[in-house]
Amino acid sequence: MRNQLEEIRKSALENIKSADVLQDIETLRVKCLGKKGQLTSILKQMGKLSPEERPVIGQLANEIRAKIEQAIEEKTKEIKAHEQEKKLLAEKIDVTLPGKTVKMGSRHPLTVVLDDIKEIFVGMGFDIVDGPEVELDYYNFEALNIPKDHPARDTQDTFYITDNILLRTQTSPVQIRVMEQQKPPIRIISPGRVYRSDAVDATHSPVFHQIEGLVVDKGITFADLKGTLETFVKRLYGEDTVVRFRPHHFPFTEPSAELDVQCFNCHGEGCRLCKGEGWIEILGCGMVHPDVLRNGGIDPEEYSGFALGYGLERVCMRRYDIDDLRLFFENDVRFLKQFD
Amino acid sequence: MNLSMRWLKEFVDIDDNITPRAFSEAMTMSGSKVENYEIEGEKIKNVVVGQVLGIEKHPDADKLLVCQVDVGEETPIQIVTGAKNLTVGDLVPVAKDKSVLNNGTKITKGKLRGVPSFGMMCSVSEIGVTVNDFPYTIEDGIWVLQEDCKVGDDIREVTGFNDTKIEFEITSNRPDCFSVIGLAREAAATFHKPLKLHTPVVKGGNGDCSNMLDVKIENPELCKIYSAKVVKNVRVKPSPRWLRERLRAMGVRPINNIVDITNYVMLEYGQPMHAFDFRFVDDAKIRVRLAKDGETITTLDGVERTLNNTNLIIADANKPIAIAGVMGGEYSGIVNDTTTIIFESANFSGSSVRLTAKQQGMRTDASSRYEKGLDPNSVLPALERACELVELLDAGDVMDGIIVDKHFDENARVQIAFEPQWTNKFLGTDIPEKDMIAYLEKLECKVENGMITVPTFRPDLQHKADIAEEIARFYGYNNIGTTSVSGGSQGKYSPRQQFDRTVSQSMLAMGLNEILTYSFISPKYYDKILMPENDTLRNSVVIRNPLGEDTSVMRTTALPSMMEILARNYNNRNSDVYLYEMCREYIPTEPDKLPIEKNVLVAGMYGNDTDFFTAKGILETLLEKVGLKNYDIRASSNEYTFHPGRCAVLSVNGEKLGVIGEVHPKCTENYGINTRVYLFRIDMDILYQYADNQKHYTPLPKYPAVTRDIALICDENIPVIELQKTIEKAGGKLMETVKLFDVYQGKQIESGKKSVAFNVTMRSKDSTLTDEQANSTMQKMMNALEKIGATLRS
Repeated sequence: MRNQLEEIRKSALENIKSADVLQDIETLRVKCLGKKGQLTSILKQMGKLSPEERPVIGQLANEIRAKIEQAIEEKTKEIKAHEQEKKLLAEKIDVTLPGKTVKMGSRHPLTVVLDDIKEIFVGMGFDIVDGPEVELDYYNFEALNIPKDHPARDTQDTFYITDNILLRTQTSPVQIRVMEQQKPPIRIISPGRVYRSDAVDATHSPVFHQIEGLVVDKGITFADLKGTLETFVKRLYGEDTVVRFRPHHFPFTEPSAELDVQCFNCHGEGCRLCKGEGWIEILGCGMVHPDVLRNGGIDPEEYSGFALGYGLERVCMRRYDIDDLRLFFENDVRFLKQFD
Repeated sequence: MNLSMRWLKEFVDIDDNITPRAFSEAMTMSGSKVENYEIEGEKIKNVVVGQVLGIEKHPDADKLLVCQVDVGEETPIQIVTGAKNLTVGDLVPVAKDKSVLNNGTKITKGKLRGVPSFGMMCSVSEIGVTVNDFPYTIEDGIWVLQEDCKVGDDIREVTGFNDTKIEFEITSNRPDCFSVIGLAREAAATFHKPLKLHTPVVKGGNGDCSNMLDVKIENPELCKIYSAKVVKNVRVKPSPRWLRERLRAMGVRPINNIVDITNYVMLEYGQPMHAFDFRFVDDAKIRVRLAKDGETITTLDGVERTLNNTNLIIADANKPIAIAGVMGGEYSGIVNDTTTIIFESANFSGSSVRLTAKQQGMRTDASSRYEKGLDPNSVLPALERACELVELLDAGDVMDGIIVDKHFDENARVQIAFEPQWTNKFLGTDIPEKDMIAYLEKLECKVENGMITVPTFRPDLQHKADIAEEIARFYGYNNIGTTSVSGGSQGKYSPRQQFDRTVSQSMLAMGLNEILTYSFISPKYYDKILMPENDTLRNSVVIRNPLGEDTSVMRTTALPSMMEILARNYNNRNSDVYLYEMCREYIPTEPDKLPIEKNVLVAGMYGNDTDFFTAKGILETLLEKVGLKNYDIRASSNEYTFHPGRCAVLSVNGEKLGVIGEVHPKCTENYGINTRVYLFRIDMDILYQYADNQKHYTPLPKYPAVTRDIALICDENIPVIELQKTIEKAGGKLMETVKLFDVYQGKQIESGKKSVAFNVTMRSKDSTLTDEQANSTMQKMMNALEKIGATLRS
């Protein structure tokens, strides 16, 4: 009997060792350990043994069963691992094939830049307000110190609807509208469309966008204007931007200034990009003219303020090296998709 | 405005070691913006005065000559030329071997028909000047010099072609800077140098002219002063070189001494001048008056112009002889046999000149100065200066006396309080009072007893803020500190701005690209979108002076703009195009009132897998995102732009929110689009009003749901939404969701009918639903459905 048991152990372990599919293992298990298996049938003959032999053989049989079970378990694990490995190998894919993209839209490049500008001003405590595009002559010109025969009207060729109604040529009328509706402190920007009767070409469009800024409070100074705008320009163009303020003239600010940044390309040496000047004109600004404050219902003896005007298209063209303004309004999707 | 540095230096000592670039930079930073500068003849190298010593025929070419030319070197050089105007002894410009001409051309030695040539003799244009600048010379041929020079001299030095021209951008508030003296005053203040002004002195002594001319201003509101002086025995000839040179640098063509004098004075003083031939002033009468409607004048440019009663003119006893401040008449101008002239110096109203110049379509150097508003006090000095120049140039005999009609107080001055403390507070500076006074006095503003007296050539200085600017620009804008605005302020996006942003972000997330389009369109675009003739939206805000018909009215609907862009993308062969625009529509109200500017969202799309439900899915997702509930959607066949069977109108609380549909094939055809296009347009103001984006937490369900599928048969014309609403209503409290999963027509379904299948989910908040509860709810639904003609599909 002992020999039989040893025989079972030997053949079972050998068979297990040589098995390479799970099914063979299962067959072996049934054959050796099953209810009708070899080991069971041997143990059924235990009664024939002497009482001395019985525990010894019993112990041996259990030992063998445990050995076989362990071998089966190990082998099963091994085969499973092997099979999984095989499966994984078979499932190999070409990871360089394109992904299944989710289609997303793009903001218009002017919106991309405008959103950046809004974020900066909101961060500096400005609110955003809107104004009408079809505007009264009064708000667009008269209230801004540009009476009917003022030469400045020549430089802003205006689309008229009637004698008193026009398409606003600048976002500045919003200054008056805001002052009429709101008492200081005022701190706003107002982006929007403006219109001038310029024929369409690579650098002109009868419709374009400006951003107006207005700050009015007690004790606002020219140094405040400089500080605020320098901060804005550095946030938009980078901290290392070099800024200068240059005297200029606008009918609705006094003193007036233009803000230039040092040419990013030549760092002030003068190159083709900056037309040899070394500086690039960025925006117009100034202290709000006392008459303009008065027209907005604010006492210039008590309050002062500053205003700025900024052209969006030019900033956008410079940021992305766009050389033709017409692209903005053609809206070809191949163009639109490049910026957001 | 161009400025000759040579001329400027007559008034201010600008150090020669200040480069044009440094000069430009300093002037720009003190407020006179320099656009550009140019050094005359900068490129010319190695071109000198030579003397022709010998001329021989070329051995092998009939048309060429071989010259020996002394250029101040040890031996003469040989030059082969084709010019015919040379004689031995002539002084000529010689471009030697390895020289450069004004246009950048390099000259090197070479051989012409076998004969060596060591340079080139030059014409005026090769040096960079014209026969106007040097009237004794000829266009075609070598420039035979009549300048005071000797062999070997640098050509730029001997011809004076070495000035520097500075181009300024003069702002409209500074008419005084349209003159050499005005810019000299700025330069003197910028470089801290004295301004050397000169008072004209006229010798006269040729009889009194005071009674020769009868001058009267009939419209004193348009002409503050008119003055004239008479010059006899005029000797018309070219001006001397120094004067021609200055005109050239300023961009004015020299003509003859009399015309040049008027231009010279205009450039120097900024005061336009005019000269009439005395013979042609009928009855020696000068009237400054408004023209009669229909009066005509042929101006100096040879154009006959019809005047109207808003045009101010200079007339003699019978006819207009000049358009005031704009241009003189051809007839009364200076000609070669002119013997007696009248110099005019006058001050005309800027707005009147501006209007007339615009009406007559002729902007001249004179009108562009007048229209900015000139100083009436410069009229007489300018006239004196012109007469002084006549004597200096020996151009005629200046008579004594002066004829003036004047209607202003020449002693009136604007006074502004001098408030140094306020100024420092306003600028955020700490500028000492004495520095402020020094800046102002440089500009000829007198500061006395706390008051600033402003010179009359500075009409822009009216308020203490104007004074602050003068102080700031000479203190230096860049020397003023930078501070941040004190006092806290909380910047934020308004709820409406946040809402607009949410809408935009939703559209982007769903794959639509943002577009921006013109706000004005052609009225024909309404036809293109099939708008009926009598539709109220045809009533647009009309631009009176449009660029063209296609941008002549403000759109009352943004649909045509979207269609244009879709068409452009279609033509550019872009496939699967999904676009949106958030923009304005302009709805007229009353005449002379502003229109309503309506905010709308327009989406447009086409593509291979795009259909009505693609567009509708985008719209529904958007409405869910912004929290619009309880809106109504109904089929509509009345929306002219859309397919009558594939269009729906959305409304909320009885207000029309928008429209969605497939574009009518006639409309897509109008745009040349050969595929189906889908659009929707939403009124953003209404959407904002009804959207409720307040989010509330709903606890997750505790008890399981029961789901049942039901398949119905009904008439094909019953809208699915009706079936769905019936189910939802009949389901009552237990109803959780009703989801359509199939619509079928065809085999096994009777024609005219359709099969519609829903997946119904029911759930109770308080307990697990029993089969009986579910069944009885389903039964209620079926009863309700049967009432509207839908039965269970067997």
